[in-house]
Amino acid sequence: MDRIPILQMGDFLLVTIQVDMHDQLALTLQDDLSERISRTSARGVLIDISALDMVDSFIGRMIGTISGLSKIMDAETVLVGMQPAVAITLVELGLTLPGVSTALNVERGMKLLQERVREQ
Amino acid sequence: MAALQNSTLDAMKNNQPQLLTEWIKGLEANGATRNLKEQDLKQQTAEFLHLVVSGLEKGNGQNVAAPGWDEARQYLEKLSHSRALLGQDSHQTASFIFSLKGPVFGLLQSHYKDNPAVLAEQLWEVSELLDALGMHTIRTFQKSREAVIKRQQEELLELSTPVVKLWDGVLALPMIGTLDSQRTQVVMESLLQRIVDTGSEIAIIDITGVPTVDTLVAQHLLKTVTAIRLMGADCIISGVRPQIAQTIVHLGLDLQGVVTKANLADALKLALNRLGITVSKTV
Amino acid sequence: MSPRSSGTHPINIEQDVVLARQLARKLATECGMRLIDLTKMVTAVSELARNTMVYGGGGDMDWQIIDENSRVGLRLTFRDEGPGIPDIKLAMTDGWTSGSGLGLGLTGAKRLVDEFELDTAPGQGTRITITRWT
Repeated sequence: MDRIPILQMGDFLLVTIQVDMHDQLALTLQDDLSERISRTSARGVLIDISALDMVDSFIGRMIGTISGLSKIMDAETVLVGMQPAVAITLVELGLTLPGVSTALNVERGMKLLQERVREQ
Repeated sequence: MAALQNSTLDAMKNNQPQLLTEWIKGLEANGATRNLKEQDLKQQTAEFLHLVVSGLEKGNGQNVAAPGWDEARQYLEKLSHSRALLGQDSHQTASFIFSLKGPVFGLLQSHYKDNPAVLAEQLWEVSELLDALGMHTIRTFQKSREAVIKRQQEELLELSTPVVKLWDGVLALPMIGTLDSQRTQVVMESLLQRIVDTGSEIAIIDITGVPTVDTLVAQHLLKTVTAIRLMGADCIISGVRPQIAQTIVHLGLDLQGVVTKANLADALKLALNRLGITVSKTV
Repeated sequence: MSPRSSGTHPINIEQDVVLARQLARKLATECGMRLIDLTKMVTAVSELARNTMVYGGGGDMDWQIIDENSRVGLRLTFRDEGPGIPDIKLAMTDGWTSGSGLGLGLTGAKRLVDEFELDTAPGQGTRITITRWT
């Protein structure tokens, strides 16, 4: 697989990462997402990483970049489903993803996005 | 060194019932049978003697690491493991093997009574073998005991600080006593796992019962708060004593973004508020 | 201390980094590592394997499962024949990077393992050995 699928749900885009990504795949996802946000005028992006058993500084940086990019394009990003072991490791690594919104699962993430969009 | 003679083997093989009776008698005499059922003891001694004889028949001599002794070794490993679980000490477990020496020596003495030179030689061979088996038993016994202790330590760690559910969506971790780095780590990990399992949005870490923290523990607390946020839940720390607050400020640790409350009740109030739950008195 | 088993895994292209992570996960599981420790080890592998590929121009990861007293450990060595690191102190500073990364690779990986050994000199390539015990 050389692309991670991006699903559209109304005003929001949903990305579920289920494969052990190599770096190029992560960069492609970053490009694809920003292109889709601008094309669809999406208001929010949900990134589900509940299936990921590892997040290193590269993927962490990608998540931070997506969040920053989407903010500039008037879309909120919510990161959902990070596993406890992954969260502990990421903090130990020194990557705390400030400014990235998080939620426990897709359902909560969706609710959070809706609230944020309504507030605006 | 002379090997074990076939004649010795035959003598042991043909006199198993006699050896067994004397062996059990010996075991009873030195108290190695405490906590053991008579039935089990009879079975264990018979099985083991049989394995020793068959091990010798395979002609492996005293090298108990040889493949021919596999069965006997595995049997001893199982035995010492079950005894470790029963709470027997290493002395009792080792006695199981060493008590076999007396009966076997007695048997050989009468068997070789006309040939003292062979008797001495054969006694030495048998003794070497039983010592090796005994050592193996002690080694595995020790290993089993270490495993038991390790498991108990881990259980104790988890029991010492339980994660409790205060409300639907609110977990609390009341920490009590001095925190060391390892304990904090284990407890925090179980808190994070419970957050996922229960889908709780808010976790309260109450440290009212913690007299003091060191740098490592304070850092660990802060890392946990950050990890909880990354997972998509919120964390409130309640019951921070003045000394701990001083430590944290003194260490220059950044508490920005960490919500603290004076006590558990206030923390719960805040949590309920965030979840949009109101609690009221019925008039 | 005796190695129970050992081997070598090449790191030349991006896909090798993914394979190195998967191998490390398999080995750590064999060692009986707890999930948290395993995740830390695999993440460290990801950081170092990427460094080997990007900065070292490719190399190898040697692995070893070691038995020592009552503990088991996984020891990995990342080797490359690249330009080496001219200033180790600078390279081991959080946030410093010679490339385009976050500068958390080396220091981050060090925090994720029990033992970390760096052996490098300009023009001599780089050798990093990490160990994590169960």
